[in-house]
Amino acid sequence: MAHADLISAATLTDPQPLVIAGHEFRSRLMVGTGKYASNAQMIDAIEASGAEVVTVAVRRVDLDRSKDEAILHHLDPDHFFLLANTAGCFNASDAIRYARLARAAGFNEWVKLEVIGDQQSLLPDTIGLLQATKTLADEGFKVLAYTNDDLVTALKLEDAGAVAVMPLASPIGSGLGMLNPYAIRTIKQRLSVPVIVDAGVGTASDACIVMEQGVDGILMNTGIAAAQDPVRMAAAMKGAVEAGRHAYLAGRMPRREVAVPSSPTTGMLGS
Amino acid sequence: MTESGGIVREAMAGEVVLAVNGAERRIPQGSTLADLLASLELDARTVVVERNGTILRDRSSFASLDLAADDSLEIVHFVGGG
Repeated sequence: MAHADLISAATLTDPQPLVIAGHEFRSRLMVGTGKYASNAQMIDAIEASGAEVVTVAVRRVDLDRSKDEAILHHLDPDHFFLLANTAGCFNASDAIRYARLARAAGFNEWVKLEVIGDQQSLLPDTIGLLQATKTLADEGFKVLAYTNDDLVTALKLEDAGAVAVMPLASPIGSGLGMLNPYAIRTIKQRLSVPVIVDAGVGTASDACIVMEQGVDGILMNTGIAAAQDPVRMAAAMKGAVEAGRHAYLAGRMPRREVAVPSSPTTGMLGS
Repeated sequence: MTESGGIVREAMAGEVVLAVNGAERRIPQGSTLADLLASLELDARTVVVERNGTILRDRSSFASLDLAADDSLEIVHFVGGG
C-alpha cells in the first residue's frame, strides 16, 4: 500500500471514482440548486461543494417574467452535469412526461426520477416509481430512482433498469440525518448498481456517517441551501463526504463494549 | 356560453387564440412558434415546448411551425431544484 503517496498528497485520493452507467464523475457529492437566497449564492455553494452533478427541476416558464428563474442563465452546462428531476410529480405518467421534457432540453438522457406518494412526507410511491422506471429505461433514459430505504423496492428498481438507486436517509428537506443505517448498508450490499443516498442529510456529520456505510455517493440540497452560511456548509459537506469515504475504505475498528488501554500497562512507576 | 368561454375566446380578425402555459394568449394569424417565442423574448435553446401534448424535439422546426387556433402550448425550462 502506497502510504507515502497518501501522506504526500494534499488530500487523500479516492482509488475508485464514482461511475454510473459507464460515466465517470469527479465527485461523490451531488447537489441540488433549489432554495438558495440568490443565484450568486447558489453558484458559490456549488463551487465550494466540488460537485459535478447538479440537479434541476422542470417548470413552466414564467411568462410575466416576475423573476429570473432560468437556471441555465447561471449554471454553465459545460462545467456541470445537469441532472433533471421529476420533483412534484405524484404519478408515473406525470413523472414520465417531465422526464421526456427534460431530455428534450438536449443535455443528456439522465433523470432523477421522483414519483411522490404522499404530500406531507414526500415519501415515494414505489409502485408508480417502478412503472416509470421501467418505461423510461426502455426509452433509453438513465434512471436514478429516488426511493425509500426498502431493500425489496431497491432490488426491483435495479431489475427495472435503474442505473442507480437513491434511497433516502430521511424525508426530503427534513435534515434528520440517516434514520436507518442498517437498511442503507443492506441496500448497498445487495445491489450491483451504485447507491446514492438522497435526501435528509442535515449537517456534515450526517454526510460522513452516510458515506461510512459504503454507499457510492450522496445527493443533497436543503442541507446546504438552508444552512446559515450555505457556502461554508457546502465546503464542509465536501470534506465530510470525502472523510466518510476514506473512513469506509480504511475500515473502522471493531466496536467493543469494554475499554482497552492505548498505553502500555507495564512499566508503571513503583511496580 | 361554454365553460371555456366562447365569447372571450373568440378571435378578432387577423388573430389566433391559443393557450400558452395554461393562459389564453392572442397572437397574429400566421404566427410561427419561433415568432411566439420571439415575442415572449425567449431563447429557443433554453426552453422546451410541448404542443398539444407532443414534445417538439426539433428546434429547427420552430420557424416553420404555424400555430393554430386552440393550440395548447407548454413552454418549460430548468429551474432550481433538488
